[in-house]
Amino acid sequence: MGGAARGEIALALGLLCISGIVLWQTLEIPVSPIYARVGPTIIPMMTGVGLGCLSFALLVSALRGGWQTDEEKEYTPDKLALGWLGAGMLANIVLIGPAGFTVASVVMFTLVARGFGSTRILRDASIGLAFSLVAYIGFARALGIKIGAGPLERLIDSLFKMI
Amino acid sequence: MESLQHLASGFAVALTPINLMWCLLGCTLGTAIGVLPGLGPALTIALLLPITFKVEPTAAFILFAGIYYGAMYGGSTTSILLNTPGESATIVTALEGNKMARGGRAGAALATSAIGSFVAGTIGTLGIAFLAPVVVDIALKFGPADYFSLMVLAFVTVSAVLGSSAIRGLSALFLGIWLGLIGIDLQTGQARFTFGVQELLDGVNVIIVAVGLFAVGETLYMASRRLSGGDEIIPLRGSLWMTKEEWSRSWKPWLRGTAIGFPIGAMPAGGAEIPTFLSYFMEKKFSKKPEEFGHGAIEGVAGPEAANNASAAGVLVPMLTLGLPTSATAAIMLSAFQSYGINPGPMLLTTQPQLVWGLIASLLIGNVMLLALNLPMIALWVKMLHIPAPLLYAGILVFATIGTYGISQSPFDLVLLYVIGTIGFLMRRYDFPTAPVIIGVILGPLAEQNFRQAMTISAGDWTVFFTRPLSASILAIAAFAILAPKVYELAASRRSGALIVKS
Repeated sequence: MGGAARGEIALALGLLCISGIVLWQTLEIPVSPIYARVGPTIIPMMTGVGLGCLSFALLVSALRGGWQTDEEKEYTPDKLALGWLGAGMLANIVLIGPAGFTVASVVMFTLVARGFGSTRILRDASIGLAFSLVAYIGFARALGIKIGAGPLERLIDSLFKMI
Repeated sequence: MESLQHLASGFAVALTPINLMWCLLGCTLGTAIGVLPGLGPALTIALLLPITFKVEPTAAFILFAGIYYGAMYGGSTTSILLNTPGESATIVTALEGNKMARGGRAGAALATSAIGSFVAGTIGTLGIAFLAPVVVDIALKFGPADYFSLMVLAFVTVSAVLGSSAIRGLSALFLGIWLGLIGIDLQTGQARFTFGVQELLDGVNVIIVAVGLFAVGETLYMASRRLSGGDEIIPLRGSLWMTKEEWSRSWKPWLRGTAIGFPIGAMPAGGAEIPTFLSYFMEKKFSKKPEEFGHGAIEGVAGPEAANNASAAGVLVPMLTLGLPTSATAAIMLSAFQSYGINPGPMLLTTQPQLVWGLIASLLIGNVMLLALNLPMIALWVKMLHIPAPLLYAGILVFATIGTYGISQSPFDLVLLYVIGTIGFLMRRYDFPTAPVIIGVILGPLAEQNFRQAMTISAGDWTVFFTRPLSASILAIAAFAILAPKVYELAASRRSGALIVKS
């Protein structure tokens, strides 16, 4: 028993917050008297209460030292790698609308590969480009799924029309 | 032998060139994603859900089923050669299989697992054909209250009994149920938990939840500990032809594994972990060379692999006949049914005989294809293990984006995807199971619907769940399932506590 486990406590508190939000939002759901008995709030209420009880149990367990092995507890996640991945996702959200799927994907692909320790940026970008072009043609052209068309995609589409 | 007639008509559906092509595509794709660490059948089928708008249902389900079975075959290859079990059900395969591979007998381990999967998959699929009509007869007697109790049973077993901790499993389940409740309540038209966000009125799409948890969460997790581990891939050595001794040591475990796996999988409780572990301990007990266990005993690969595949087949029984998914993959398949407006349940076999029997027949065909894909062509699949991690995970994230952005071209969905991905990462980091979340998202709204129907019929009387004999006995089983391991755990922890004191 090595004292309290910080990560687990934070997690349990986070879950407790979520259950609080569930309960609060459940009370916000207006209930028409017709449905008063089996209305739209019964299951949400049960979910909120259940989640609350469970996160309380988790909190108790965390305060008693947590449930993870010491080896797991001592492991510090690679924050730099996670940072690269976070940057990649953020770039993707920002770029996919204005720049289109392919550009957004190549940027994300390269940043994620960087996060996993690859330093060959040019290679990663070109593989990412090939990969996302194939994916675009497969999904958008073959399956007809719209996945975000920017200038590059419009160019491909017009090329297809020419053929 | 009505089932045989139906099966014959199913073969007529499955053997058309186009459906054979879907089956082959599914099996190939399934093996590939099974081999690749970080990708699983639930995620792949979720990413392919949009094809339900384009392709007719029979073809889509033949594809999905091929992926489902194929991933089992591919997954065992990775456990044997890489010792990183992709899913908990293949932990046992890695136990002995990886030891065999290290001892230079990778060929025999792969062969016994592929042939065992084939035997179990074939018997298990025939089992579906014969068991499904029987279950349907029982299921027709079910009322909403009984259905609700059955779902409670599935909830309890999937989250509380099968995982390492009941509290963590149930937390994951409740999180999933809550995610499933978000959006407009279909009965009253009330918006629930939408926080005034327009995009949430339609609910949280299960694709986003599955892709977020399985693809984004997994990628973040692998990145966070990219420097630890460093699994070595054991080169393919040893003949793929099993020796006479290996055959004679394998065939009984295959059959015993199937006999354990299929019934447990077919129960509304489901889960592949319990049968694989049971099979492992059973083989250890039956083996003439128990001292080999832990050093690469072939029985320890043959039995659990068969149990795993047989239970995967079994899971399809409650899914097709009751509309009750007991694994993440089955839950995603259920949402594919919903996307076609088809309700799996007792009526499915009468309303969609072509679909159901075509699916079952194509599973049998798929098993033959998978055996051919996985044994002679094994070297090809092993090559996939050499894809560098940066490219593999970057590719997974790009695919995750396609699957999500394709739903409604909304950047909001991407934000949601990455938020759920972060939750998935935290769940992996702190040892929470993720499958109960998916089950909760899919089954939660169905459970609520049955609950409210039952309560309406009983005019708001809560006791209806305990006074109907069927419902009451199912709830009793659920209570037993959640309490029995607790009692056992308590006893076991006393014993192990004594051991710690000794050492």
